[in-house]
Amino acid sequence: MTRVLATLENEDLGWDGKTVLAGVSLSVASGERLALLGKSGAGKSTLLTTIYSRLLGRIAYVPQDTGLVGPLSAFHNVWMGRLDDHRTARNLRTLVWPSKAERATVDTVLDATGLSGLGRRPVMNLSGGQKQRVALSRALLRGGDVVLADEPVSAVDVTQGAELLARLDETFATSVIAMHDVEMAKGWATRIIGIAGGRIVLDCTPTEASDADIAALYV
Amino acid sequence: MITTRKVVLLGFIAAAVVALGFADLTGRHTDPSVLLARMADGLLHPDFSIWPQLLNGTMLTAAFAVCGVFFGAGFGLLLAPLYHIRAVRTFCIAIRAIHELFWALLLLNITGLSPTTGVLAIGIPYTGIFAKVFSEYLDEASRAPEAALPRNVGQITRLLWARLPQCAAPMRNYTLYRLECGIRSSAVLGFIGLPTLGYLLETYFKQAHYDQAFVVLAVFLLLIIPVRRWMKWRLAPVYLLASLAVLFAQKTPPMGSGMFARFLHDIVPAPIRTGADWGGWLEKVFINQAWPGAIDTVVLSQIALTGAALIAFFAFPAIVPRVAGRFGAMIGHLGLVLCRSLPEYMLAFVLLQFFGPSMLPAILALALHNGAIIAHLLGRQATSLALRPDAPKGLTLWGWELVPRLSANFWALCLYRWEIIVRESAIMGILGIGTLGFYIQKNVQELRLDRVVALLAVSFLLTMAIDQLSRRLRASMRVGTQLHIEGSRGNARR
Repeated sequence: MTRVLATLENEDLGWDGKTVLAGVSLSVASGERLALLGKSGAGKSTLLTTIYSRLLGRIAYVPQDTGLVGPLSAFHNVWMGRLDDHRTARNLRTLVWPSKAERATVDTVLDATGLSGLGRRPVMNLSGGQKQRVALSRALLRGGDVVLADEPVSAVDVTQGAELLARLDETFATSVIAMHDVEMAKGWATRIIGIAGGRIVLDCTPTEASDADIAALYV
Repeated sequence: MITTRKVVLLGFIAAAVVALGFADLTGRHTDPSVLLARMADGLLHPDFSIWPQLLNGTMLTAAFAVCGVFFGAGFGLLLAPLYHIRAVRTFCIAIRAIHELFWALLLLNITGLSPTTGVLAIGIPYTGIFAKVFSEYLDEASRAPEAALPRNVGQITRLLWARLPQCAAPMRNYTLYRLECGIRSSAVLGFIGLPTLGYLLETYFKQAHYDQAFVVLAVFLLLIIPVRRWMKWRLAPVYLLASLAVLFAQKTPPMGSGMFARFLHDIVPAPIRTGADWGGWLEKVFINQAWPGAIDTVVLSQIALTGAALIAFFAFPAIVPRVAGRFGAMIGHLGLVLCRSLPEYMLAFVLLQFFGPSMLPAILALALHNGAIIAHLLGRQATSLALRPDAPKGLTLWGWELVPRLSANFWALCLYRWEIIVRESAIMGILGIGTLGFYIQKNVQELRLDRVVALLAVSFLLTMAIDQLSRRLRASMRVGTQLHIEGSRGNARR
């Protein structure tokens, strides 16, 4: 049984009074894997944050800039995915003095994303690809119904990127991911959303999308 | 409307000329050569036999500074997240507008000549400064981590996990920088009786023991100039505990009980307490004291500001190697470090011994100290400018590249120091010049605390007015909008 999680109907999206995407109609159903494609600046992030704001339930969100706190360790940044599960006092204690159990929980996720042993390293000392893995680890630790991610594997190589996406699929039933790599999107998604010229111009399964359709997104 | 720099410059020159007309620069009429000879003799034959007093004075100067600064940093950190609330902001502006010396003069009536007075006199105004600067750091922190947090995370957790960690390093740096200011404040508190180096300096100079006075001055410089070397963040807890131990070990003259209640009673204006005539009180306080005090404060500060600007303008290339050469830049650094390490008040006191009582020592002290600070900040920027490889050297570089490129920052820094110079000018009255501090101290001695509070309010309003004017000018001249001068000072010494 699929269930509609969020719906947009002929809406204009944008910020600061400026429309980025016009006449957007889109719904996200449970079990779907949506890949958002389009040139940089086309409006993928705008669409993604809008979907984020419409979704209810437990959502994991990986913004494009990763949203990490540089001076804090990888452990702390990953644990941030669970801050709303605990009270302020507990969170304060974890910030200052993480327990062994908490560290072990995070280490499991770090192992899965290829960051074994980096839990205590300040995030600002990590490479771009490692930072993206930390941001993905945060989402994996959080878990939930849906994951939304904005170019989450743009700084890791293709094989590793596919592995990381597979990890997300193990944890989340539904995902909406903005992507820069068309081949990766076609191999992973159940549905392709193409954005160009301020509109959604493509909404189909990967097999239905022709090379010409895809190429038109990047003109 | 964009006010052109030329108009503002003419305005400041006119103000300085008018102020010079009002200023008393006469000084001593006797022959200074005898005095100079005695001072030179003292300088050449320093007397180190006073080392026990020196050791005690140095320890206490550092202890007051450390405790006062950490008091301010702690409460400032607590207030910083609330700084956007109007009442909190107003409270912070008010406590930092009153100078440490004025706080000490007030607190003497409650806590006497005790360590508490020294720590609070530094800690209270510093709380206001820390709250402002820390809140700026929090505002500048990236919002991206908060956007990535789960949506239901509470305010405090958001602040502690996402915002504060980004600011921790600049906050630590700023606290260490403030410690340097704290040592200056602490030394100056000696001039109103607290047992710091300022007290020793005043005592020996007044007794004409120049051989001892110059030793005190040298020890103060040895304490403050390498502060970044001996004060490391890791060692901060050690210094704090040691400072607390030193201060708790002090024997303090006993104060009568109920001093705070009496203080609260005494600051109520006399006409309310005693039913005396309001007209007489108002005339005495505002016409006879506040008015001439404010005039002299403004006169002193305008001349000093002009002097500081001139010194900065011509001295900043002295620390730029491309202008002064590497050796020259070292000499330049030494000169600027000396001038900005000595607090204005202490510098004025020493110069007063040369020039005799007039406005001149205070003008020179304010101009030298503030000019050296502006020159230091400008010179550092000038050194880090990316110049083309074939750029000229020497004074040609100064005139053709550095001055035009840095002139907006020069204006911003001068306008920014304006308010600080006014605050310090008010204090100079305690040395015997007719600024607001003179009347404030007079009333403290006569135990007329109601008048003290009224004059402090005038001093506060004057500072606020200058601050507003400076802000407006900076905005309309479009200078320093992206320059967080106070906030960036923490990193300035790195």
